[in-house]
Amino acid sequence: MADIDLRNVKKQFDDFVAVRDSTFKITNGEFFVMLGPSGCGKTTTLRMIAGLELPTSGQILLDGEDVTFNRASQRDIAFVFQLFALYPHMNVRQNVAFPLVSQGVPRREIRARVEETARLLRIDNVLNARVSSLSGGDRQRVALGRAIVRRPKAFLMDEPLGALDAEFRELMCEELRLLHNRIGATTVYVTHDQIEAMSMADRIAVMDGGEVLQVAPPSEIYARPATRFVAGFIGSPSMNFLPGHGRLPAGATSVRVNGSKIPVPRLHEALDHESSVLGVRPEHIGIAGDGALNGRVFAVEYMGSRQLITVDTDAGRLRVRAPNTIHVNLGEVVGLNFDAERVVVFDPVSDRALASDLYAGPGHG
Amino acid sequence: MAEVTLQAVTKTFGDTVAVKDLDLTIGSGEFVVLLGPTGAGKTTTLRLIAGLERPDAGRVLIDGTDVTALLPATRNVAFVFQQYSLYPHYTAFDNMAFPLRAPGQHFSAEQIDTRVREIAKLLRIESKLQNRATQLSGGEMQRVAIGRALVREPTIFLMDEPLSSLDAKLREGLRVELKRIQRDLGATILYVTHDQLEAMTLADRIGVLSEGELVQLGTPREVYESPRNVYVARRLGSPQINLLDLDLLPVAHTPNGTASVGVRPEDVRLHLKGGIPASVLAVEHLGAETVVLLNVAGSQVHALLGASAPLRVGEETTIGVRDGAAIFFDGKGERIDAGGASGVKEAAYGT
Repeated sequence: MADIDLRNVKKQFDDFVAVRDSTFKITNGEFFVMLGPSGCGKTTTLRMIAGLELPTSGQILLDGEDVTFNRASQRDIAFVFQLFALYPHMNVRQNVAFPLVSQGVPRREIRARVEETARLLRIDNVLNARVSSLSGGDRQRVALGRAIVRRPKAFLMDEPLGALDAEFRELMCEELRLLHNRIGATTVYVTHDQIEAMSMADRIAVMDGGEVLQVAPPSEIYARPATRFVAGFIGSPSMNFLPGHGRLPAGATSVRVNGSKIPVPRLHEALDHESSVLGVRPEHIGIAGDGALNGRVFAVEYMGSRQLITVDTDAGRLRVRAPNTIHVNLGEVVGLNFDAERVVVFDPVSDRALASDLYAGPGHG
Repeated sequence: MAEVTLQAVTKTFGDTVAVKDLDLTIGSGEFVVLLGPTGAGKTTTLRLIAGLERPDAGRVLIDGTDVTALLPATRNVAFVFQQYSLYPHYTAFDNMAFPLRAPGQHFSAEQIDTRVREIAKLLRIESKLQNRATQLSGGEMQRVAIGRALVREPTIFLMDEPLSSLDAKLREGLRVELKRIQRDLGATILYVTHDQLEAMTLADRIGVLSEGELVQLGTPREVYESPRNVYVARRLGSPQINLLDLDLLPVAHTPNGTASVGVRPEDVRLHLKGGIPASVLAVEHLGAETVVLLNVAGSQVHALLGASAPLRVGEETTIGVRDGAAIFFDGKGERIDAGGASGVKEAAYGT
């Protein structure tokens, strides 16, 4: 088991900076997810941790030991690619045992460790089956077993569930997390899927353009995004953004949007621009007869226990997540109220969220 | 737009029955979504209507006229595929104008221009009309592909997972647009997907398919709240419905013959006085909601809670089912009507 410590790690391919100056620490036993769109540098970072790429500058420490320039094979880390890569001509036992056989582990120990791993993954009943006869879920478990059986210091996973359909992915997410709860091995997991990240991670590092924008637990990132990019990337449907007008002094408690005053958490810093951006999550907007903003209902989408109501206002199209007890009709004019404690104010130039009571609230830091 | 009817249609490929004795009417101006996993017969159904496949038995009618024996070209249907399939060397405009310039069509250049611009406006791609297909983003390409179908005023639009190749954010935006365009045009659409959220949000009616058979056809609310059987219940809702043994959780008014009880995750109540002891196995904070996996006497139960559910793995709680929310299934997995109580399903969810 291991702590993984990245210090000012940078990776450049010719003129292209893939990862810029990343510093963060993954603690022992943590399920750590690197999340971002393609090209954000998450896979490159993972490959540097694995030793498959060398950083241009900076340091990587594994349990306090500098491994920056160690070979991948000297790092005692298991890299799990797409989980389906199994040897079709071998049975389950041979597949799981494979890494130990190639390391020359004694046969008796191999047997014991394979069986222990199989019990952990609940595939002990199919150990002698051929891989081709297994269900999709069991195949994933076998592939995972092959990584676990080595007892590495850490698991690195690069979009392991990317190829699965939604229903099955949901199931595997939960299973991976339960497995993590049982064995507690440090796991670094790369994905572009924010739902996967939210559902599994202890902490998420959100990346964009080679930069780490925020490292925090999922609920923290969701409620207190560091930048507008982070706010928009996390959450489905996306956070609503509204244009704010006028300079904002420190201590301000409202922002003008199209002539309406929208209450916001008390700002702890000033914004010296004529414009700002307000961010509001769909579930933090309430529908009323008359509200801070008014708009016309553009769409009502039934989603079982909840519904998504799309409202066109002068300040843009907003999406509202509401319980299905509320009834609105298409074309109806409705008022919208914002949960004042939850609104985020962004600096439109730097993209950064302004410090406010929301960010000073309980659970922060 | 037209009404399209399938009457007792069967289609087999070798030993595989792709579509079995299917009866389905898509009303004029209706948006029907066929939902099912790969191999359920969704795409074959579309191809049968388009005339790309010929049924082994049964009839296809468009506005009451039997078209079973007619060639695809004479049926005037428009097909949108999952992949954009644009002509890469053409501009967005020329791609969209293509069907209007096809042999047998007689539109003036002016008519074509008007029609293409009208549809481009609906799809919000007016500013991209002069771009070549290769200069468009994925979302724009799929808009052009949909636009190419829309310019034609066909009898019915057949759409085969048209949004599935787009990323999540784009898909969400285009979903709402597509629904609006359908309403504005009064278009008849038969849309195929395996994504339950798309089906729920787009459809006037959902048809749930399993191995070539139509298991249930109804409004999203009917299908979600009164699924005909276990299979349908599991197709809609995320996380999936909990299927519990009869005596795992106490439920009032359990009808005779009940073999299992379906409980949607949002209908599981926690910290319930007099509830059944349960321990927390996993907690997923998804932002607006929290999914909790519980162990109840060796069975796993999912609960869907609001944003701020202060629960920890290993914590003990007591759980129960919200009154009137349980769905009962018999030994064959068919739903038993609890009688009168359905419709009392307004969730107290989110509290």
